[in-house]
Amino acid sequence: MSFEGLPKGSTDGRRSPLESIYLWEVVKGLAVTGRHLVHNIFHTGEMPTMQYPEEKRVYGERFRGRHRLMQREDGTPRCVACQMCSTYCPADCIHITAAEHPDPAIEKYPATFDIDLLRCVYCGLCEEACPCDAIRLDTGIYEIAADSREKFVVDKEFLLNERTRGTR
Amino acid sequence: MAIVLESLAKIVFMFLLIMGMVPALIWAERKGAAYIQDRTGPNRAGIGGVRLAGLVHPIADVLKLVFKEDVAPTHRHRALYALAPWLVMTVAVSTYAVIPFGDFLTLGGHTYKLVVADLQVGLLYVLAVASLGTYGIVLAGWAANNKFTFLGGIRATAQMISYEINMGLAIMGLMLVFGSLRLTDIVAGQGGLLFGWLPMWGVVLQPLGFALFITSVYAETNRNPFDLPEGESEIVAGYHLEYSSLKFALFFMAEYCHMVVGAAMISALYFGGYQVPWLPRPMLEKHAGLLLQLVLGLTVAASLLFAVLFLRRVQREKGKFGDARDREPVLGAAFWLVVALAAAGAFALRPGDIGAAGASIFASLFQVGAFVGKVVFFAWLFIWVRWTLPRFRYDQLMRLGWKVMLPLGLANLVVTALVVALVGSGK
Repeated sequence: MSFEGLPKGSTDGRRSPLESIYLWEVVKGLAVTGRHLVHNIFHTGEMPTMQYPEEKRVYGERFRGRHRLMQREDGTPRCVACQMCSTYCPADCIHITAAEHPDPAIEKYPATFDIDLLRCVYCGLCEEACPCDAIRLDTGIYEIAADSREKFVVDKEFLLNERTRGTR
Repeated sequence: MAIVLESLAKIVFMFLLIMGMVPALIWAERKGAAYIQDRTGPNRAGIGGVRLAGLVHPIADVLKLVFKEDVAPTHRHRALYALAPWLVMTVAVSTYAVIPFGDFLTLGGHTYKLVVADLQVGLLYVLAVASLGTYGIVLAGWAANNKFTFLGGIRATAQMISYEINMGLAIMGLMLVFGSLRLTDIVAGQGGLLFGWLPMWGVVLQPLGFALFITSVYAETNRNPFDLPEGESEIVAGYHLEYSSLKFALFFMAEYCHMVVGAAMISALYFGGYQVPWLPRPMLEKHAGLLLQLVLGLTVAASLLFAVLFLRRVQREKGKFGDARDREPVLGAAFWLVVALAAAGAFALRPGDIGAAGASIFASLFQVGAFVGKVVFFAWLFIWVRWTLPRFRYDQLMRLGWKVMLPLGLANLVVTALVVALVGSGK
């Protein structure tokens, strides 16, 4: 029975006598589900289910994961504390305290650089706003879990270290 | 004293059968639903790495429910609120008293009937107790003092009244055919053959009655497509909405107990109960030695097959998880090899000649096995139907009950009565 042929509202009177008995249709339905069941018992490997902690989905290169702060060659942050990212941030999750940089050519550096990962919506606008390419969302880290809210607020040292995963 | 012990033994057996089937059915429900929907289903919980394809999950579920906080509404009716889940559970288990799970067992010169209570009015007892189950649901809905639970309770009442009648009519047809209300008589009456080749089961003699009965049983057990009292898409969780922790677990278990009882009713009334088709009791006793050897041989073959499957898994997923779960295929293979060895070792005890007493015991156990097998199949049918059919709308439910099934049930009764009057009953 195709959906196009159905009248609006009730479908009474459009069923064949066999269909209106309903029992035969139940048997047909049972056959459909039974086929799936038997097929899946003998082909467990073909199921689309992903056994998550053991298997992980491969995301594209442009996937926006957790942020990281880029470093200069001497290991200090590239960030010049211009506040562009925190101004642009729609979730208001970046908090920067600027301080004077010893090198007069650089002017400022972030004394603190905190990101509240619970507030972040991973839109990537901070990445686009940054004039120095100092913040990137290219880590591919999406397993972010902690047992307290405080641990979701990550600081400068955490974001600068390329090997840290997840939260604090 | 002896009769008390005998009854106690039977009650314990029945209770263990039902209670043992509940976790197995919960597992079958979850795993079966998953496989029907192309998912893997539960496979995480394990004891020392042994996960039994998710069979450990019911244990984890029960532990979780036992230790959860019992959240109860402050505006409840205290006594009834506490009583309702126990009432549902007790009623679910007590239907079982009259259903024969085997013919008889001769042990040391004594012959025991394999039924807890062989009531003369067995079918009436079943109907009476089955309708008592509604009280638990209605009380739960009323005592929780919540509009959704109340609606669930009302739905349960209306549904039960509508389908109890159809169930009674279907059973009356059966009663006419077998000329008795005693369940042991009805099951014993299904042992013969019709036209020399067709097993004289209730479903053959009363096909329409069977269709009406199985539909009513699904409605009585509140299972899909008739689980409107629960109706989570309309009334949240229906009658058990305000229950949590162990009280909720009782409702949950009662649903599965109802399923087992419903399956037992279907197989006892319409599928010959403990009767093995084409193998009546004298034949079973005569060929007991051969059959025992056949059963043992099949056990050996099946366990070897399982062992081979597990050994293939051992090879395929060597160190796949890197934890205790890697032991599972090895343990599985070892287990099935031990079973195969034990079954093969039993051949050394010469099962071919077990003597007359042994043959009688074997025949009884074989019949109990046949009954349990039928119950397992129909319990699985409950699950299968649940994951196949959508839920009825309420007006559809009422129309089916009163406008379709009631006239059909009456017609079935009249036709059966005419045939019995003209041809004679099935006895």
